[in-house]
Amino acid sequence: MSNTKHTLVALVEDKPGVLNRVSSLLRRRNFNIDSIAVGHTEQPNLSRMTIIVEGDDAKVEQARKQLDKVIEVVKIVDITSNESVARELALVKVKATASSRNEIIQIVDIFRANIVDVSSDSVMVEVTGDENKVNSLLELLRGFGIREIARTGRIAVTRGGAGPLQVEEPRETKVSKQLPKALPPEADIPPDW
Amino acid sequence: MKKTGAQILCESLLKEGVEVIFGFPGGAVLPLYDTLPQYPKLRHILVRHEQAAAHAADGYARATGKAGVCLATSGPGATNLVTGIANACLDSSPVVAITGQVARPFIGKDAFQEIDITGITLPITKHNYLVSDAKDLATIVKEAFYIAQTGRPGPVLIDIPRDVFQQEAEFTYPEKVNLPGYKPTLFGHPAQIKRAAEVINAAERPIIIAGRGVIISRAFDALKGLAERAQIPVVTTLLGIGCFPETHVLSFGWLGMHGMAYANKAVHHSDVIVAIGMRFDDRATGVVSHFAPKARVIHIDIDPAEIGKNVQVDVPIVGDVKNVLEVLNQQIVPREHLDWFNQVDKWRDEHPALEIRECDSLLPQYVIRQIYEVTKGDAIIVTGVGQNQMWAAQFYFYDKPNSFISSGGLGTMGFELPGAMGAKVGQPDETVWCIAGDGGFQMTIQELATVVQENIAVKIAIINNGFLGMVRQWQQLFYGRRYVHTPLSGPDFVKIAEAYGVPAMRVSDKKLVVSSIEKAMDHNGPFLLDFVVEPEENVFPIVPPGAALVDAMEMPIPEKVTRSSK
Repeated sequence: MSNTKHTLVALVEDKPGVLNRVSSLLRRRNFNIDSIAVGHTEQPNLSRMTIIVEGDDAKVEQARKQLDKVIEVVKIVDITSNESVARELALVKVKATASSRNEIIQIVDIFRANIVDVSSDSVMVEVTGDENKVNSLLELLRGFGIREIARTGRIAVTRGGAGPLQVEEPRETKVSKQLPKALPPEADIPPDW
Repeated sequence: MKKTGAQILCESLLKEGVEVIFGFPGGAVLPLYDTLPQYPKLRHILVRHEQAAAHAADGYARATGKAGVCLATSGPGATNLVTGIANACLDSSPVVAITGQVARPFIGKDAFQEIDITGITLPITKHNYLVSDAKDLATIVKEAFYIAQTGRPGPVLIDIPRDVFQQEAEFTYPEKVNLPGYKPTLFGHPAQIKRAAEVINAAERPIIIAGRGVIISRAFDALKGLAERAQIPVVTTLLGIGCFPETHVLSFGWLGMHGMAYANKAVHHSDVIVAIGMRFDDRATGVVSHFAPKARVIHIDIDPAEIGKNVQVDVPIVGDVKNVLEVLNQQIVPREHLDWFNQVDKWRDEHPALEIRECDSLLPQYVIRQIYEVTKGDAIIVTGVGQNQMWAAQFYFYDKPNSFISSGGLGTMGFELPGAMGAKVGQPDETVWCIAGDGGFQMTIQELATVVQENIAVKIAIINNGFLGMVRQWQQLFYGRRYVHTPLSGPDFVKIAEAYGVPAMRVSDKKLVVSSIEKAMDHNGPFLLDFVVEPEENVFPIVPPGAALVDAMEMPIPEKVTRSSK
């Protein structure tokens, strides 16, 4: 069981406090969170959350199941083993004098990153890519002296056509007197069994 | 038709079949209280501390299977509910807690009696709501009751600002709930059930561990069906007590830290465990690394997160226990496990830890046993936490489901009296006994006033040993008998009960126990018995912390008892 970073992707209802519910749950269940990124989706009431959790397979599966219990979490999958595209963004303010600026520009070009701000003694670099690319660029820029870094968390989408995180139409459940027996039999087959 | 938020709430509660609310008024809920008389079908029981309201709602829920409702005002009223809500959460009890909140313009400004109760109860509720508009209130109430009572039940809190109670809105009660993120799986996966049946059919030493899930799902017949069809011994968890009649030949008591040694031993030596509606809590398993080393585990539970959380599971089945068992039973081949059964039966004979030893002084175990004899095992027993709880579980035999109501997961002292109140209100025709320790009883003793004002005929037995019993026991066994802050003084319980208006009796003579219990039973109304018992009595067996279930410390061979010196 390796202690790796897992990528959990969740569809959550766009209601106030959802991010708080998710992060509170992860905190109290003692899970190690690397980053959380959340944003709107094409569906007006649903947001997509990308959570990077550190831990072995069993621990992360437990985290996923616990998060699934949160009422506003509509669906949550672990896409670590899926082929996916993962990206994060970083803005880095690097010390740059007239003499070092060229070298920095060279490095930035090699990484296909962008310079988005220039001043007499610094330069701001914007880089998008997977974690390795961003880390590599930062390593190289460190030598010049980094003033500030702002990084987003990772977002990820699986490759190919329909993915495991399908956006479902909201279904209404008719509630009758005899709870819970009268609920329509759910043919949901949970992915693991 | 336009109604105020308060009216909408009352109408919605009635639509949900609510008959009782346990509550305590205050500023933020005044508009609601002013509206209550318009709805005489909603009986409101005034408690003396909001914690008792939450515990009473919990006891009511456990005794009836319906959601229990408690109501408190904002600020301190709401925070006083927290313990009771956490208690309901850990034991999966359907409780709907309604709290008042300061008016919307004041939220977030540290107003008078303002508290972020939704934030505070985030980790201990299944879900909670802060109502921002009266037009949402009916939907919220419907969702709250749906969430509280379905799937794995749990507490739901609704926080309602004062001005929302007064706001007018159109009231239509919704037909359906729309919760895309909440779809409990009710029916087990057929392939998994088939696999489980294969494992059970091939087992040589199977055992069933049945928990509170069986009671919640009302799967008593299905469980009996499985046990009898394949002749599988049944042990329960503490909270599963009553889901399988303890007088049945296949019943082998309950397992765990203070469970029967033979139950623990049977689990340890089994080769297949069918875990039904239980969650492998650490009190039940002992140290997990040594739990049932040779057993394959079939785990049937409605909460997928519990499966594989503590113990590795070989055949997981997510679903409502009753539904799963009904399908499973059809695939079980009728057979016997005579050698195994005889072995477990022999262990039971060899570990008679539940014999009550001969003693001149009054033993707590004796008191419990006599309550059993006088009630003929027919009462609902609501316990506190600690030694009184364990003895009540050990020395009373429970055949009826929902007859043992106890705070297991959170282990809340003070649950006993309000929990018993709630149970009695929910089941007025049943005899309800509250078994309390002198420590826990003092935590919610003020509810004696409620019991009198509402004429709730609970029978109270205080197991009075002048100690915080269970802690003292641990100090004796594991901390070199250093009784730090466990000798506990208390009032003259008889005088206090009578001051509240509850007739009471003190009993310290063994010969007067039965007659005192009968007197309490005959009395039409609440009655309190203060049993002054042997002070340094211990609960056995006990699985010491860090030990495996099979290494339970048992009662030493009984000898003549000498008066313990302090």
